[in-house]
Amino acid sequence: MTQPTAEAREGGSFPELEAILARHGYNPGALIAILQETQEAYGYLPPAALRHIAARTRLRPAHVYGVATFYTQFRLQPVGKRVIMVCQGTACHVNGGKAILQALSEELGIKEGETTPDGEFTLQTVACLGCCSLAPVMMVNGEAYGQLTPEKARRIIRDLRGSPASSAAAAAPANETGR
Amino acid sequence: MPKEREPVILRVGLGSCGTAAGGLKVYEELKAAIERDSLPVELKKTGCIGLCYEEPLVNVLRPGEEVYTYGHVTPERAITILREHALGGKPIPEWLVAGGAHTSPSTAAFLGKQRRIALRNCGQIDPESLSEYEARGGYAALRRVLTDMTPDAVIEEVLASGLRGRGGAGFPTGLKWKFTRQAAGQLKYLVCNADEGDPGAFMDRSVLEGDPHSVIEGMLIAAYAIGASAGYIYVRAEYPLAVKRLSIALDQARSAGYLGERILGFPFSFNLEIKQGAGAFVCGEETALLASIEGRRGMPRLKPPFPANSGLWQKPTCINNVETFANVPWIILNGGAAFAALGTPKSKGTKVFALAGKIARGGLVEVPMGIPLREVIFDIGGGIRGGKKFKAVQLGGPSGGCIPESLLDTPVDYESITATGAIMGSGGMVVMDEDTCMVDMARFFLDFVQKESCGKCIACRLGTKRMLEILERITRGERREGDLETLEELASRVKETALCGLGQTAPNPVLTTLRYFRHEYEAHIRDKKCPAHHCQALLTFRINPEVCTGCGLCARVCPAGAITGERRQPHAIDPEKCIRCRSCYEACRFHAIQID
Repeated sequence: MTQPTAEAREGGSFPELEAILARHGYNPGALIAILQETQEAYGYLPPAALRHIAARTRLRPAHVYGVATFYTQFRLQPVGKRVIMVCQGTACHVNGGKAILQALSEELGIKEGETTPDGEFTLQTVACLGCCSLAPVMMVNGEAYGQLTPEKARRIIRDLRGSPASSAAAAAPANETGR
Repeated sequence: MPKEREPVILRVGLGSCGTAAGGLKVYEELKAAIERDSLPVELKKTGCIGLCYEEPLVNVLRPGEEVYTYGHVTPERAITILREHALGGKPIPEWLVAGGAHTSPSTAAFLGKQRRIALRNCGQIDPESLSEYEARGGYAALRRVLTDMTPDAVIEEVLASGLRGRGGAGFPTGLKWKFTRQAAGQLKYLVCNADEGDPGAFMDRSVLEGDPHSVIEGMLIAAYAIGASAGYIYVRAEYPLAVKRLSIALDQARSAGYLGERILGFPFSFNLEIKQGAGAFVCGEETALLASIEGRRGMPRLKPPFPANSGLWQKPTCINNVETFANVPWIILNGGAAFAALGTPKSKGTKVFALAGKIARGGLVEVPMGIPLREVIFDIGGGIRGGKKFKAVQLGGPSGGCIPESLLDTPVDYESITATGAIMGSGGMVVMDEDTCMVDMARFFLDFVQKESCGKCIACRLGTKRMLEILERITRGERREGDLETLEELASRVKETALCGLGQTAPNPVLTTLRYFRHEYEAHIRDKKCPAHHCQALLTFRINPEVCTGCGLCARVCPAGAITGERRQPHAIDPEKCIRCRSCYEACRFHAIQID
């Protein structure tokens, strides 16, 4: 998962994006898939990339921006090397999912939606990961951790912090970058 | 050592649940050991067998013997199982959950009342192997349909089965197929709704991860019946493993001639693609789902026209749920009558439920329609975990409702569940105990739908927001005069006037909790107390001086510095400083902290 820096992209050169667009035949109907693959390539959706997609698919920029902001999967800001998604589904809620979020927030010193200053972790919530019988659950770069306690969740983060990010990324499915 | 030429097979449960419980480490440990010593053992993956509470699971299949299942397997135990049982032939009774004379009473109770049709292959086959699916009768139904049946005969068979939409609404599947078949136009689409958005539901994920070919085969049969030539499976992006296994299955089906042009040499062609959702609950609504496939914002539109007449790109489109499709091959092979023989007069066949929450045995179960809720929760699910008292079961996710103890004899069928104010929904069953606050549950669901509202109609966009504000006030103990009346009024207005199913059903959790747990609302409002001791703002923490030993632990963990006291003397909490974080309550080893 090589992620070109945002600054370089704001200049307007998008070789990876051009390949994605070509693969979808510049088809406006494939907008969501194009955005998903763009996010995979760059880690997020740089505003200049959105304008580029609009121009190439002949969609209005407002339409592209509208779709990009409608779906929770898309983000217009860069994220950390590891994205933590804390499940807030019903089963996790009744089994103390809020306490897990709180513990992680304290451990990392950031609030939901934020990224640690060192760029290691982004903390997010997710509506439901569908691992309800193992609630409470969180997912880090595509790998799910179940039957959490606040202490266990903190320990997982500490262990991950000590290990290189590539190992977590390698364990996650390739298409999971930042989902 | 086994002398047979057939190898011993070890299967590790590697659905998302098994993986989250540590199944992958077990798999890797076994793989390394088998490769290192070139052991005569075949290591395989399988999907969810449903016993999620026993994960990680490992099955041992020795030639000519029955299947043995081990639960709570650690990497170390896995190696012992490999040496002693898989190779040595000696089962290890203390770790077994099922197999031979060793099936534990809890496993027997969990499996005993189930009837697996949609889940027939889940946990039994390697989901990434087409030949294992075929060995269990896979694609035989497609062959029979193409060889012996007209499209109308297929529709008749599905009508005879009485199968109704398993996504929750319960519309007769055969009828939906018939309408799409009769709709004018050459080009027709078939869509599988795998956007399982209800928090607390994981049936569709388990089917897609455990038996993806059954959904593809069900879709092929439907496509033949309605005359569709192209289709989409709309899967939510939060299910990466389901997407991966489905992609593998689609490639296998294409290579084997089950998908594409002139399928199995017959004049029938069907192309199928995956479309990944992007995280919007409203896309479970069919018109919103179609907008999303077209690459637009997932906003619903008014019906009619129904998708059967004007759906994807204005063409006739039939949309069914994952579980619905998974039932279809079984119905074709066993006959509609065999399916209709199960269940109740109006709700036939079986239904898959995801048991979660405060239940002893959480997992995936498939039961005949008509079974009382009590049997599902207590006989199969083992009741409440940790000896607590049952309070309610939540059915149908954010569109559903909370059913109290007094209605636990309600049979599981579409009409009876609807009569309680809940809905059958897609099959999520979240069980709640005495520690769950029902006002907070209503607030939780309202918070969810309010965030997920697409914003198109005022009733849903603003109505749910105003309802949420009232519920937040109540749980904070800041009620205003007339709040409950306004809440009820808003609930019925939103229900009547919202544009789509999301808004129309959004008030259900509020209405059912008001109906069955009104006393909890009143306790919050009148007494400023949360009977379940959940709502933080309404709690007071106190140290019982009779029990406190003065160890000082609570004072050390208190982040607010609210606890003081001499060493070996009873401590006390300053209510002004207390932030009600529960740290002292959880730290105290003598149960001296009391919550009121």
